[in-house]
Amino acid sequence: MVEELVFVNFWSSPFGCRVKIALEEKGIPYDYKEEDLFNKTSFLSEINPVYNKVPVLVHNGKSICESLNIIEYIDEAWSDRSPSFLPSDPYQRSQARFWADFIDKELYEASKKIYRCKGEEQESGKKELLRILKLVEGELGNKPFFGGDNLGFVDISLIPFYSRFYTWETFGKFSIEEECPNLMAWAKRCSQKESVAKSLVDPIKIYDFIFYLNKYLTK
Amino acid sequence: MADEVKLYGLGGSPFVCRVKIALNMKGIKYENFEEDLGNKSADLLKYNPVHKKVPVLVHNGNPISESLVIVEYIDDVWKGLPILPQDPYEKALARFWAKFVDDKCMPAVYKVFGSKGDEQVVAEACEQMQILENELKVKGTKFFGGDNIGLVDIAADFMAYWLGIIEEATEIKFFTKDKFPKLTEWADHFVNCEIVKEILPPREDMVSFFKKRFGKA
Repeated sequence: MVEELVFVNFWSSPFGCRVKIALEEKGIPYDYKEEDLFNKTSFLSEINPVYNKVPVLVHNGKSICESLNIIEYIDEAWSDRSPSFLPSDPYQRSQARFWADFIDKELYEASKKIYRCKGEEQESGKKELLRILKLVEGELGNKPFFGGDNLGFVDISLIPFYSRFYTWETFGKFSIEEECPNLMAWAKRCSQKESVAKSLVDPIKIYDFIFYLNKYLTK
Repeated sequence: MADEVKLYGLGGSPFVCRVKIALNMKGIKYENFEEDLGNKSADLLKYNPVHKKVPVLVHNGNPISESLVIVEYIDDVWKGLPILPQDPYEKALARFWAKFVDDKCMPAVYKVFGSKGDEQVVAEACEQMQILENELKVKGTKFFGGDNIGLVDIAADFMAYWLGIIEEATEIKFFTKDKFPKLTEWADHFVNCEIVKEILPPREDMVSFFKKRFGKA
């Protein structure tokens, strides 16, 4: 049967980047559709009526929303293609889900404070972000990847934010390399992978985008 | 080798009850440790150092935290009544709706009581609940999981039981049969399932707890 797969995204979205990495890792062919988040189409509201957000994966007309959900779906629907993103052991699987969920719930919100706020709020965002990154670094330990020898669910969940390190460091005036050297080494290791290299957005582009978006939002 | 299953929780917590429902669906016996959230046990802090919250399930010495992660783990490990569908797409839908309940519904609803029933806050909560109501209408089944309860029903346990309790405690009512015919009917069915009824905390205890919590006692 001819598979119809459409990946709907906005170029700067770290959540969309996760999906792109997952598709590239498994070598799954897809059609790409860019949504302009400042001028959303009615197509997006049809395929994601609840949130009207990207990313969305539309597989043979059925839409799957929420990036971590999409990655699990890709892993299960294409279980015949390696690599597997989630471990086969149920306990390891639960730990992968826990950490991906932790990253989802806390990282993005903390990071926004660094570039959207000033003074005390910005400081608290920075402290929070470093706390999160250090916890995650602790979980990595001595492993090359969170998934062990290869990229796994947690690696895919986190690595898109590598594109934002420059933005966070510049706004927050700190160095992630200094604070979390192992995590930095992990990020560089991940970006050697073809799927990640193909998918990560240029950090300067992200910085410019966030810089101008800030100006637009605080007008 | 006998399984050793421990649950660190709080009888009145809807998050803890999600796990209890899941364990009940699989017929798993476990040792319950009731936590005092004002004086958390050393065990809880050891087993959930990241969030320091309940519930935590410890299976043969291995701790798992976050209620929906625990529920999926229970479904992965033990046979018995299935919690998630087998089909990848149906599974993705179940996970989506469970997350919607967690991320959008519950916080919006809980905010109502903190705001003492502010009109705008109530309207926002009703908007989120209407999305759930529509989903159930479209599905046309007794539960979000179909003929039997599944992940989404478990995730929405707060809506089925605690919502009505807090409404009674605060005298702020908005979850009506009028506005939410499908959802109110679902709530009735859910709390009357044997598997659920067995583990729900006593209603009177919950009402007086929330009366104190929201300053009505």
